[in-house]
Amino acid sequence: MNKNKTTPNAEKEDNSSKIGRRDVLKGLATLPLLGAFAYGVYKKKNYDRIANSKLRQAVDLSAESPVVFQTQQKDPHIRIGIIGYGIRGPQLLKAAGFAMPSELDKWKESSLKNPSDHRLEDFKAQENLNISITAVCDLFDVNAERALSAAANVGRDGSDGNFVQTAKRYKTYQELLSSGEVDAVIIATPDHWHTDISIAAALKGIHVYVEKGMTRTVEEAFRLRETVKKSNIVFQLGHQGRQTESHMKAREAMEKNIIGKVGLIEVCTNRNSPNGAWVYDIHPDGNPQTIDWEQFEFPCETKHPFSPERFFRWRCWWDYGTGLGGDLLTHEFDAINQIMSLGIPHSAVSSGGVYFYKNKEAGHYVNEVRNVPDIWQVALEYPTRDLTLLYSASLASNKERGKMIMGHDGYMELSDALTIYADRESTLYKEKIEAKIIKPELPIYTYIPGRSTVDAITSPTEKYFASRGLLYTYRGGKRVDTTHLHIKEWIDCIRESIAQDKLIQPSCNIDQGFEEAITAHMATISYLEDRKVFWDADKESVV
Amino acid sequence: MFKEKSAGPLPCEGYSNAQLSMLVILRLAIGWHFLYEGISKILNPNWSSIGFLLDSKGLFSGMFHSMAANPDLVNSIDFLNAWGLAAIGLGLITGLLTQIATLAGMVLLAFYYLSHPPLITSEYAIPSEGSYLWVNKNLIEFFALWVLFLFPSGNRIGLDRFIFNRKK
Ligand SMILES: NC(=O)c1ccc[n+]([C@@H]2O[C@H](COP(=O)([O-])OP(=O)(O)OC[C@H]3O[C@@H](n4cnc5c(N)ncnc54)[C@H](O)[C@@H]3O)[C@@H](O)[C@H]2O)c1
Repeated sequence: MNKNKTTPNAEKEDNSSKIGRRDVLKGLATLPLLGAFAYGVYKKKNYDRIANSKLRQAVDLSAESPVVFQTQQKDPHIRIGIIGYGIRGPQLLKAAGFAMPSELDKWKESSLKNPSDHRLEDFKAQENLNISITAVCDLFDVNAERALSAAANVGRDGSDGNFVQTAKRYKTYQELLSSGEVDAVIIATPDHWHTDISIAAALKGIHVYVEKGMTRTVEEAFRLRETVKKSNIVFQLGHQGRQTESHMKAREAMEKNIIGKVGLIEVCTNRNSPNGAWVYDIHPDGNPQTIDWEQFEFPCETKHPFSPERFFRWRCWWDYGTGLGGDLLTHEFDAINQIMSLGIPHSAVSSGGVYFYKNKEAGHYVNEVRNVPDIWQVALEYPTRDLTLLYSASLASNKERGKMIMGHDGYMELSDALTIYADRESTLYKEKIEAKIIKPELPIYTYIPGRSTVDAITSPTEKYFASRGLLYTYRGGKRVDTTHLHIKEWIDCIRESIAQDKLIQPSCNIDQGFEEAITAHMATISYLEDRKVFWDADKESVV
Repeated sequence: MFKEKSAGPLPCEGYSNAQLSMLVILRLAIGWHFLYEGISKILNPNWSSIGFLLDSKGLFSGMFHSMAANPDLVNSIDFLNAWGLAAIGLGLITGLLTQIATLAGMVLLAFYYLSHPPLITSEYAIPSEGSYLWVNKNLIEFFALWVLFLFPSGNRIGLDRFIFNRKK
């Protein structure tokens, strides 16, 4: 192509040894482009900055991390008992700083294979809460032994570590509570035991962290609230979602009325596996010798013969569990209650059924088909707030649906991140939309935990990754476990209460718990009795 | 003639004015693109390569994923990438160390291409603005830089003229 078209002029020039005027011109010929570039960048930055600041004036919400309760008190040392160490118990003790050595071995091995597995690192970096595990109680021998091994793992080691056994095993929670060895208990038994154990602890002045669903019946909810209120204990219900920064930011947005009057809230649960549907493995060592079946069934009105299926998959029967209402609706409801202080609804309607997990051949059950639905929908009405909360649950589809709060002026999407969009028909933002300061197709606010600046013009890529929780997962090395923060808040409140000599209650206290429990029970009753269920707020009763 | 020249130190001497102009224009366009990609990352405190690395697919994705898993490495990559882009862009526009800038640009583009090859089977989280199969804009820009490398213009139009063109 470039055959022989030399330009004689240029050649001559190039071959001369001194730099001539033409040389300089040609050498510098492209530099003016940098001027154009600088001008363009300056204009663009300015445009973005002004658009952003106009938007910030319209939507006054900062990017700062929300302020959470912190105490300076690191003392006294607190002695903890754990009651129930099945699936959740280990997660809670881990969040408190105590994990089974076998578990650490597993994390270590896995992190060698997969460098993005930071469980071991994160656990080792987790704040030391200055507590010890002094007592364990579980009805299944295997689990009690596992709990003991975690309690002794004070150095956060693998199997080759040095262990100091600080805990004793008790066969019943009564013995544990009367031992004089515990200041506080973490209760992670199935739901049908929450109330009795919490009440017994409260009566002894032992602080309580109890898992959700707080209670199994309406009557229990009233009884527990009364006891806790009369006692001098610090009470925390196990909705660790309370510690999620985006929830706190969403509350701030509600207080600043950023999305206007809310008409509809949609929350949901999406699972699609036997595990998701609570069809858990049955432990091969579970038998009448290793399981205290009589104690397990003690609270039940009708007694059943020993059944490993019922013991390990208790959520599938109403005798022990609280269904999707207590198990999963409660997390969603509590998040919205945290954000909007909704309280107990005026009415609840629910419907659903055992639609998927009823096939013996497919391994959905061993001897007895479940009676707790796997598909379930709820409508909660709040006429005084002119809004409805819809919950829908699938245990037979994984389709990811976030929490959505829809207001007249905008809507909020909540996950770990919070994104707010303005509504096209908004009255509040009408002028701003006309002036193109607010564009309804772009978020007017995005909160991504770990990010320090607020930027309306978040790149689509960033938004995408944030919504999938991918972003900042590894930034700065660690991502803190919300359950750890939730337990820490409870411990902090215990210390602060001692220091101030008055009770300081954490975020998911008994009043919040009462609202959670009654709401879930109303929805469950609606299903079981096939009717609309009402809350009489004046008389405080479910009708 | 052509062969001789491409082996010699100043292969750009035989261009027609139109050829030289277009080579410089292509160089400027690519330089502008690099510089702006670099500057916009430098000016955005929230920018990070981590999402891009995590989204990698294809033969080399394992390597890119393990880069993403190391926070210190991600920080260095962010720094090198942003300032590297800007420096390459400046080099191409001003015609300073043009050949080095061109090669460095090719290396970066090769990384981008290999981390996100538009394969039949790969689907990316970051939606692309066009339709690509095997060939995408990174690859085309890579080839364009290759052409610029073989047909240099910096020592004719650019600061390299003062460095490489004297005392011949
Ligand atoms: N907050 C969350 O995200 C979360 C997650 C999972 C479970 N949970 C809650 O944790 C609780 C436990 O659930 P799980 O999945 O761990 O169940 P699980 O069946 O795996 O474990 C329960 C354990 O409690 C023991 N137990 C039963 N009755 C007892 C008693 N009276 N005294 C002592 N131990 C007793 C059992 O032997 C078993 O080891 C439930 O209330 C559940 O809703 C909360």
